[in-house]
Amino acid sequence: MRAFLPAYEMETPRDLASALDCLASAPGVWQAFAGGTDLMVLLEAGKLPRKKFLNIWNLGELRGIVVSAEYVTLGALTTYAEVQRHEVLTREFPLLCRAAAATGSVATQNRGTLGGNIANASPAADSPPALIVYDAEIEMVSLSGARFLPYASFHTGYKRTNLQAGELIRAIRLPRVRARRKQYFRKVGTRRAQAISKICFAGVARVEAARIADVRIALGSVSPAVLRAVRAEEVLRGQRLGSLDLRGAQDALGAEIAPIDDMRSTARYRRSVARNLLAEFVETLVG
Amino acid sequence: MPEPARKIRVSCVVNGAAASFEAYPMARLLDVLREELQLTGTKEGCGEGECGACSIEMDGQLVNSCLVPALQAEGARIRTIEGLAMGDTLHALQQAFITQGGAQCGICTPGMILAAVNLLAQHPQPDDAQIRAGLSGNLCRCTGYMKIFESVVAAVRQAESRA
Amino acid sequence: MEMRVIGKSVPRKEGREKVTGRARYVDDLSFPGMLHGVTVRSPAARGRIRAIHFEGELPWHEFTVVTAKDIPGKNCIALLIEDQPCLAVEFVNHPEEAIVLLAHPDKYLLEEARRCVRIEIEPLRAVFSIEDSMARKEIIWGQDNIFKSFDVEKGDVDRAWSGAEFVVEGVYETGAQEQLYIEPQGMIAQVNEAEGVTVWGSLQCPHYVHKALMILFGLPRERIRVVQTETGGGFGGKEEYPSMIAAHAALLARKSGRPVKIIYDRAEDMVATTKRHPSRTRHATAVTRDGKLLAMDIDFTVDGGAYETLSPVVLSRGTIHAAGPYACANVRIRSRAVATNAPPHGAFRGFGAPQSVFALERHFDRVAEIVGITPAEFRRRNFIRQGQTLAVGQVVKEKVDMNGLMERAFELSGYYAKRNLFTETNSDSSARAGTKRGIGFASFLHGAGFTGSGEEYLASEVAMEATADGTVHILAGSTEMGQGTNTIFAQIAAEALRLDCEQIRIVQPDTAYVPNSGPTVASRTAMIVGKLVETAAAGLLQLLRERGLLRDGYSAADFSRACCLYVAKHGALKSFVKYDHPRDLHWDDQKYSGDAYGAYAWAVYVAEVSVDARTAEVRVNDFVAVQEVGKVINPVLAAGQIEGGVAQGIGFALYENVVWQEGRMVNAQMTNYVMPTAMDLPAIRVYFEEIPYGRGPAGAKGIGELPLDGTAPAIANAIAHATGVDVRRIPITAESLLEMLEAAHA
Repeated sequence: MRAFLPAYEMETPRDLASALDCLASAPGVWQAFAGGTDLMVLLEAGKLPRKKFLNIWNLGELRGIVVSAEYVTLGALTTYAEVQRHEVLTREFPLLCRAAAATGSVATQNRGTLGGNIANASPAADSPPALIVYDAEIEMVSLSGARFLPYASFHTGYKRTNLQAGELIRAIRLPRVRARRKQYFRKVGTRRAQAISKICFAGVARVEAARIADVRIALGSVSPAVLRAVRAEEVLRGQRLGSLDLRGAQDALGAEIAPIDDMRSTARYRRSVARNLLAEFVETLVG
Repeated sequence: MPEPARKIRVSCVVNGAAASFEAYPMARLLDVLREELQLTGTKEGCGEGECGACSIEMDGQLVNSCLVPALQAEGARIRTIEGLAMGDTLHALQQAFITQGGAQCGICTPGMILAAVNLLAQHPQPDDAQIRAGLSGNLCRCTGYMKIFESVVAAVRQAESRA
Repeated sequence: MEMRVIGKSVPRKEGREKVTGRARYVDDLSFPGMLHGVTVRSPAARGRIRAIHFEGELPWHEFTVVTAKDIPGKNCIALLIEDQPCLAVEFVNHPEEAIVLLAHPDKYLLEEARRCVRIEIEPLRAVFSIEDSMARKEIIWGQDNIFKSFDVEKGDVDRAWSGAEFVVEGVYETGAQEQLYIEPQGMIAQVNEAEGVTVWGSLQCPHYVHKALMILFGLPRERIRVVQTETGGGFGGKEEYPSMIAAHAALLARKSGRPVKIIYDRAEDMVATTKRHPSRTRHATAVTRDGKLLAMDIDFTVDGGAYETLSPVVLSRGTIHAAGPYACANVRIRSRAVATNAPPHGAFRGFGAPQSVFALERHFDRVAEIVGITPAEFRRRNFIRQGQTLAVGQVVKEKVDMNGLMERAFELSGYYAKRNLFTETNSDSSARAGTKRGIGFASFLHGAGFTGSGEEYLASEVAMEATADGTVHILAGSTEMGQGTNTIFAQIAAEALRLDCEQIRIVQPDTAYVPNSGPTVASRTAMIVGKLVETAAAGLLQLLRERGLLRDGYSAADFSRACCLYVAKHGALKSFVKYDHPRDLHWDDQKYSGDAYGAYAWAVYVAEVSVDARTAEVRVNDFVAVQEVGKVINPVLAAGQIEGGVAQGIGFALYENVVWQEGRMVNAQMTNYVMPTAMDLPAIRVYFEEIPYGRGPAGAKGIGELPLDGTAPAIANAIAHATGVDVRRIPITAESLLEMLEAAHA
């Protein structure tokens, strides 16, 4: 434990309104603390500069999964374990469930939350690519009210988000889709469980009359924030499955990602594997 | 030096008994259990939520106690390895870990056994893949996991033969 | 002959404590008035210490501060030699080298204080690789950066080249490996007038710590006491390093007058303590047309880090194992351990052999390919047989049937059929994009006990005492760290005394009470010390029989009665045994030849892998481990040793990569230093054969290190089969493998 513990404070607001009040009263001073699976690791490494935390773990307003005709709305405090147990999510948003199962381990899945994960904004997180391809929207609240933002616009750079001072993520909502979609998710980690992602690929496509009517592709760990591969999508959109320009799509993907060398992997590896996973994704469309 | 934060008083239930302690709000539950409550069965292996040696049951769920701040233990129902046996009677998993060789050096064992308890609560008759997935958050350097799996299987068989 | 207790899976002696959380590891202990201690370490790899600054607004007067000036005896951690300082004085020679020690009752404030001590270092040029060390870009140790070297010569290697149809060369490398015991290192120390220096902690060799503290404190033997607490894994990582942390805790205890506890967190343990020696081996092998070995020229180098510590012995074992279980008339092995500015590398299960065996077994698959025969046939034509000599000149006196082991391993793993099937399906064009499969093996041996005259030099001792109630106490310096020492000692004694294991107690290793049985290393505990336990038991029976207190066919109750009578009439009932080196084992330290080990375990391991061509991820799908071990004392414990060792070997081969930056490990977190989880390993299938070794207890030989030798090369050979890639170094990361796969397709 490398942190000087006595310097850290934590308070439990009695409800969401008090929490927002507190955040507004001293902008940039308090930080929301949910399950702690990211923040406690930083604390123990002595790498947590902020000192005042708001324990939001018990805020009922941020919990629960609501299913309506148009959306499935997940409270920010939805844990990875809860995601995996939910019947509608399993059926209609399987990539998010796969990502949840691939994050950490049983114990961290019981405490890790979607909202916490998104706010932490690690480019290596496993859920963001799934959220991107599902056209997720983020709901944020503050004393001034609530606003929605497409998740694709939420991350503005490495560990930088659109979340303003005084705001909390309240929910993530996923538009339900009638049409059948082909879905693909693959995380390549350092090992099969409890692994940080070297590269993560989520893909969703609507195939009609042997053509790719629409497609969404998102990757993690290949750029400063989760990346929606719009250029690769563009190449693939409208193409016939039988005569796909896979090479062109791979080249487009190569041009829009910016992988780096780090302790876990290399830029070269990530680049090669990104291309290969795109090929594998396309293969599943054909099959 | 900054003014040190005040310690808080936390009340919860640990191994079926009311417990109360004072701690810094962000002290690790792991340290609180070991130092304030003298329950040293829960171990620190990594301090980063990777090894699972600190696994405990909190409100019925398996969690890494090195990642839970003391303040969030308020009102929680906690079970550690010390709360597993019934007096002198070992839990079937504990017995199996002894006879099947699931425990070697023993440092991962408390967390591993609680993870196995949690696994069996979700899947009373787990297949090999479920056992592996359920224990994948608990690292063991001694056994190569084989005899841990065998211990779980033996405990399941014991429960079946009792039923 | 069926034995009562030996050969049975008697439950682990201390199992109940471990499964209930009652076993007491060092961090579970607390003493009244205890302080916490931390170590302030060098930020630079090599340099001159200019100044030490105590910064920040801390109540420094509350802290106990220790530097080298506070060392009463010699500032060194004594091991083979005394080159390693306990605390650096003028120069530092590796990152994280200890310089200042601090103690305080508040562990959080103590951490803050550690951050506020700034060491000012004027850097000096440092050396970080074997190549640079040997090139002598900078002399960082001794005259030439070489801790030790060996030159083994058998036959006439130089003359054999001309007759060779094939000469195959190759260079092979292995990386550092972190022992990663789940319980980090820790010690508690207490120093007072009454008792002197006492330490309690996580350790493998209490008498190593004892010796080191004697020299550090300049105190006689009876003023130092070392007690082993329940130890959460060691694997060699707690062979020599505990002397350092014990020294630090004791110095703080001496200065403060209070008990001091030092526990490393995982990050500190990883950056500051020992790792497996990185290695580089060059092979040149001369072979006849039909694949018979003519000559082997082996050049073997290990990186020892900044101080000598155990490098000469690691080098020794690696050297002796470098030519494997093969008959070759002409062998040269030139080896050396060199210095670099990294924290000293140290003992890790296998101890030099995993490094040289990886090189050999990978090389031999290549030799087979060049000769045009299968890897199995190449081994078959060259396996050593009883009566032939190993590279160091040892005549193999025991029965050995390497071919039999190999055939059995092949049968159990389906090797032949899979070898053919995979070769066929891998060349199928559709497999290019998908999954490649491979199956490979390694054949090897591992010597048990200390090399050559080592056991004679150790002169290990064991005592056994029976109390009036008939309980038998085993007093030995051998430690339990999960491998089963307590249980097998109890079994050996129970068998010899015709009692139940419940009647046998193992006394906690405490230098005040137990004799020096030598270190718990080198696969010696069952074979060497276990034999002493067996002999001590016989001695106890002898004492009772001499007094007419025991008849043939006595019962347990008779035994207890006899003990009671003996103690009442004659006093303590105690037998004492000292190691007696077999007269027919001869070793020449100068020529480095002769009988290197009393006995060897022999093995063939088979690994089946699949390689995802898209990501180069390797999955081990099946693993078969067949070994001949003399006698299996406890089947569950023995299989557990092999399974756990294979798991570590899989980590060594595929996952465990130490990332270095100027001598410092930068991926010092369990997130970033990757060991296998329950989802990463296959079923590890273990089979034993038994040809009893006359000098082992009930015929047992040593097995602890064996699995680390053959696992990685078996996997490397399987990957080579699957992909056609010529693997030369481990760990085989996905990154390096993908690069090689792409190059192969280009």
